[in-house]
Amino acid sequence: MKRSLLLLTLAGAVAMQSCKMKTTSSAVTGDAAARTYVAPGKYDELYNFVSGGFNGQVSVYGLPSGRLLKLIPVFSVHPENGYGFSEESKPMLQTSFGFVPWDDQHHLALSQTNGEHDGRWLFANANNTPRVARIDLTTFKTMEIIELPNSGGNHSSPFLTENTEYVIAGTRFAVPVGNQESALDNASYKKNFKSTASFIGIDKNTGQMNVSFQIILPGMDLDLSRAGKGPSHGWFFFSTYNTEQASTLLEVNASQKDKDFIVAVNWKKAEEYVKAGKAKKMATEYYHNTFNEETHSASSSVVKEVLTLDPEELDGLVYLIPCPKSPHGCDVDPSGEYIVGSGKLAALIPVFSYQKFTKAIADKAFEGEYNGIPVIKYEAALHGEVQKPGLGPLHTEFDANGNAYTSFFVSSEIVKWSLKDLQVLDRVPTYYSIGHLMVPGGDTKKPYGKYVVAYNKITKDRYLPTGPELAQSAQLYSIEGEKMQLLLDFPTIGEPHYAQAIPAEKIQAKSVKFFDITKNKHPYLSAGEKATKVVREGNVVHVYMTAIRSHLTPDNIEGVQVGDEVYFHVTNLEQDWDIPHGFAIKHAPNAELLVMPGETATLKFSPIKPGVYPFYCTDFCSALHQEMQGYLRVSPKGSNVPLKWGTGTEAPVEEVASR
Amino acid sequence: MIFKNGQRNKSAAPCKQLMNKLSIVAKVSIFIAIGCIATLWFVPMWRIDLAAPQYPEGIFMQIWINDIKGDVDIINGLNHYIGMKTIHKEDFREFVYLPAALGIFCVLGLVVLLRNRRRAFYIWTALLLAMAALSMYDFWKWEYDYGHNLDPSAPIKVPGMAYQPPLIGYKKMLNFEALSQPDAGGWFFIAAVVLLTAVSVYEWKRAKKMI
Repeated sequence: MKRSLLLLTLAGAVAMQSCKMKTTSSAVTGDAAARTYVAPGKYDELYNFVSGGFNGQVSVYGLPSGRLLKLIPVFSVHPENGYGFSEESKPMLQTSFGFVPWDDQHHLALSQTNGEHDGRWLFANANNTPRVARIDLTTFKTMEIIELPNSGGNHSSPFLTENTEYVIAGTRFAVPVGNQESALDNASYKKNFKSTASFIGIDKNTGQMNVSFQIILPGMDLDLSRAGKGPSHGWFFFSTYNTEQASTLLEVNASQKDKDFIVAVNWKKAEEYVKAGKAKKMATEYYHNTFNEETHSASSSVVKEVLTLDPEELDGLVYLIPCPKSPHGCDVDPSGEYIVGSGKLAALIPVFSYQKFTKAIADKAFEGEYNGIPVIKYEAALHGEVQKPGLGPLHTEFDANGNAYTSFFVSSEIVKWSLKDLQVLDRVPTYYSIGHLMVPGGDTKKPYGKYVVAYNKITKDRYLPTGPELAQSAQLYSIEGEKMQLLLDFPTIGEPHYAQAIPAEKIQAKSVKFFDITKNKHPYLSAGEKATKVVREGNVVHVYMTAIRSHLTPDNIEGVQVGDEVYFHVTNLEQDWDIPHGFAIKHAPNAELLVMPGETATLKFSPIKPGVYPFYCTDFCSALHQEMQGYLRVSPKGSNVPLKWGTGTEAPVEEVASR
Repeated sequence: MIFKNGQRNKSAAPCKQLMNKLSIVAKVSIFIAIGCIATLWFVPMWRIDLAAPQYPEGIFMQIWINDIKGDVDIINGLNHYIGMKTIHKEDFREFVYLPAALGIFCVLGLVVLLRNRRRAFYIWTALLLAMAALSMYDFWKWEYDYGHNLDPSAPIKVPGMAYQPPLIGYKKMLNFEALSQPDAGGWFFIAAVVLLTAVSVYEWKRAKKMI
């Protein structure tokens, strides 16, 4: 009796054990390790550019290994290499509200030619202080940052047209235009607040950005956007929420309507209106910062006006397509025919047809107007709905075989479905609560496919714990077969939102190894050690310094006084691959400089106390890196110590000793 | 010997004349040899490849008849640690003499052709051999000088260590592996030497047969 009771208990325990909820560690099967293993000395197949979210930077990973290759400073200062600290880079972060050292970087777009990634530039948005940046993919450096006037929360950005004619900037937070103040209530919101869609024109050859025109839309939140392509080239589509026009508790107030909108902007028509002189000039002020590769320095210019277009007055410029429940993603398939809206709170995914949309306009199949803009009948533009796909659809990308991949935040999964018949084909869990996903080239006319990457919002138990603050988690899945297969789980830094990926060969061979010193036009260049000097201009002291393995010239400097502003202009004389030199000086309330071969960079230091200040090379450059050091003598104000400098002016110590 | 015989035998004058003249093979070889030497103005003569753990991609130096090309600045930068002199094009008088000597050699080839005498051909061949030997000796001397005359205040001093690169072939020096070998122009030069030597032997045997 006792024995049978024991057996029963045991059986019960085993049964309970088998009832335990599934864990996530069992999800990887088969040859996943072999498919993501990049052997030492081998390269990854793809560059993966990942937005940094609240770190304001862009990180670069290799795929399929998930290895972090680089962090590109864009909207946040980066003491590691002096970005935002060196005199040359400070202007990059200037805005009409002064120097802004941080931002929230959400989305990325690789430049395109004929609807395909061409590997020239990468565009990045800043959500908080509305800006768009351009990164050069030969140097992986931020070359340009443009501020946006009349904007709050530059979220639906920096998406591109198929030949990189324009990069878009749409406002997530409607604000009164011209930075006017306004009472904060729903009535004032309706009256004073506007959204804007800024079309930033891009120079075909240089990539230089300029705000071409701005479309002033009714106050609502523009979330994400995509340009049309192929047949729909000439249109831009935005998802919206808060078409309820609430200024407070949006969680509830912006979730009331059954449908918000996809905003369809005919930018070719906008160009015509601008040409015909229908745009209004509005006085404003915004910064445009550019980095010059020859002077290795950034400069800022202030733009004083912007052209605006009013869709209430200009026919055929903007149409609204109803879209269920606060859509986030607004994605155009590779053919350019289908526009997928992803209503965050919807239980289905609507797919609109570009052909039907244009027919609806021709037939005037409108259900009414919203703030003077025609609203197309939902069914008239609808291709169909994906039924019961999951909970909380956010964003959709595509492969080259007519399949779509949608991320679901709430049900934490990726769902693969067919564009043709809108049937769900497969689903895989993500760990946990995926935000954006990315198929390499999945936003272009010719997706590269092969993988889909999930960029998740919640990490929890994925990696060894690191206290309350964790890295973010990403997963790589193969999409080569019928079924998606989890291959790799890797931590990411910052908080990735959207990302881009491009085959390595489109960038690899163009990567710059060092800067040609003969082309260096920095005003404080020292072209060789003989050109080094120290120049006093009042209380400003310019040190023309060179760095080469393994000494700085000059490395002994005297005659500087308390109250002086000392500028160390360090030129790296090396002309070889991967020989940067660093520069740091004791007590400088600043960062270090990391100077690439052939480059000149400047660190400002204003000593506040007399004494001797060691300085040194911070990048382990050579066998005698540790010897690459020097001293700055700082005398009290008004001292008569003359200006004196040099390197190696003293005889070697051994000789001195023997004398 | 043959020549002497020919001079002695006055009755065989027509034969002697025939004997002393160049064969068609020799005449063609003059053009080919001049062509080979002329390539030296267009392609490098010698090359030294260097590899180290820090230089997986390798660095190299190419010696032309009138220039040094390749990663000379990088090599100079590295050599200062061990106190080797920096390499500068201006230091080599050879870059003036060598093109002049080779130019004269080519002109002399045409003279040999016009003179149409075997003896002249032999002298011309010997001249090339002498130039080759002298050049290699000079090259070795430079290498010895660079490798041994080190700055006494150099940061890195390895007792007993010299940094003379190999004249030809492979050598390991500290963290660097060096490979020294003819480049395209060098091979053309070698081809000219082999060709003229072979034709000289051929001419000599031919003359011997005629006696």
